[in-house]
Amino acid sequence: MNPPVMEKVAQKILSENDRIAAALRASFLQRNILCVNLISSPGSGKTLLLEKTLEAFPKTERVAVLTGDIQTDNDARRLARYGFPVRQITTAGACHLDARMIEKALADWDLSTIETLFIENVGNLVCPTAYDLGEEAKIVLLSVTEGEDKPLKYPGIFFKSDLAVFTKIDLLPFVPFHLDEAHENARRIHPSIEMIDLSAHTGQGMDAWMQWLAARKAKRNSACA
Amino acid sequence: MHEMGIAQSVIDMATREAQLKNARAVLRVSLSIGELSGVDTESLVFCFDCLKQDTLLASAALEIAYKRRRHRCPSCAHEFDILNLELACPQCQNEATQFLSGDELELSQLELELA
Repeated sequence: MNPPVMEKVAQKILSENDRIAAALRASFLQRNILCVNLISSPGSGKTLLLEKTLEAFPKTERVAVLTGDIQTDNDARRLARYGFPVRQITTAGACHLDARMIEKALADWDLSTIETLFIENVGNLVCPTAYDLGEEAKIVLLSVTEGEDKPLKYPGIFFKSDLAVFTKIDLLPFVPFHLDEAHENARRIHPSIEMIDLSAHTGQGMDAWMQWLAARKAKRNSACA
Repeated sequence: MHEMGIAQSVIDMATREAQLKNARAVLRVSLSIGELSGVDTESLVFCFDCLKQDTLLASAALEIAYKRRRHRCPSCAHEFDILNLELACPQCQNEATQFLSGDELELSQLELELA
């Protein structure tokens, strides 16, 4: 028997996903599309935030949404009411979206009609962390009915997100959640993370969120010009 | 629970490499997994052992190098592992240190039995 041979590989395990994500990112850049990837636990308020966001945009705004769930097209139906193109990605068991699902969902869409693309990931704070979808920024949501220590328990997603949105702040009087502590924990993981406190229900903080999106778009326009 | 998909990717990559080298079997698979990668290594080992049956990796051992988050201090150039989320430089106490590594998800090396 021949002696074993050591073979250096040094390849990213998700290199196939990363290759597709890089192609998506290049295509978004070329068409000047701002793509953001929203990630949170189930029930943190991603869909409601998106509903209120779509509601706030003028009808002439060129916005589109891809929404991921393990089952049902309930979210797509909720989001379609605002008159913008929405497509459901049903993963049939997978706990995250991957770049190939995004590529497939966009295949027959005319990207030149889109300026802002929201991707609502499957509710999960762990698995979506590893999968690049070609987005310009990951955004993590954490609701005040969860624990302040979530950033410490799930450091990966807080480290990789540009923005943390603390949702359902209208419930602060009724829950023992310390917002300052949650902010502090997010900063311990990611010192330069941006943060917005928000209630999609009452509208508090929605201005800051819409301004954040506008600023990212402006930054992108100046980079592309 | 995405460890099943990660394990399948590892097996696919290793099989491709082994076939390229005309190997009879893969004896050892070495991975580099960072603490920020979002991968549970115990679950990954379990999934790997389930999926490797009836492949070139059937008798392969999985070796995981777990990488801590590592930072570099821009003022004194000290490089250090982050323990207890303490991001400040332990040498000069500078608080604004830079991320170096810790989100690895990499197939680093294979040990092959050639035909």
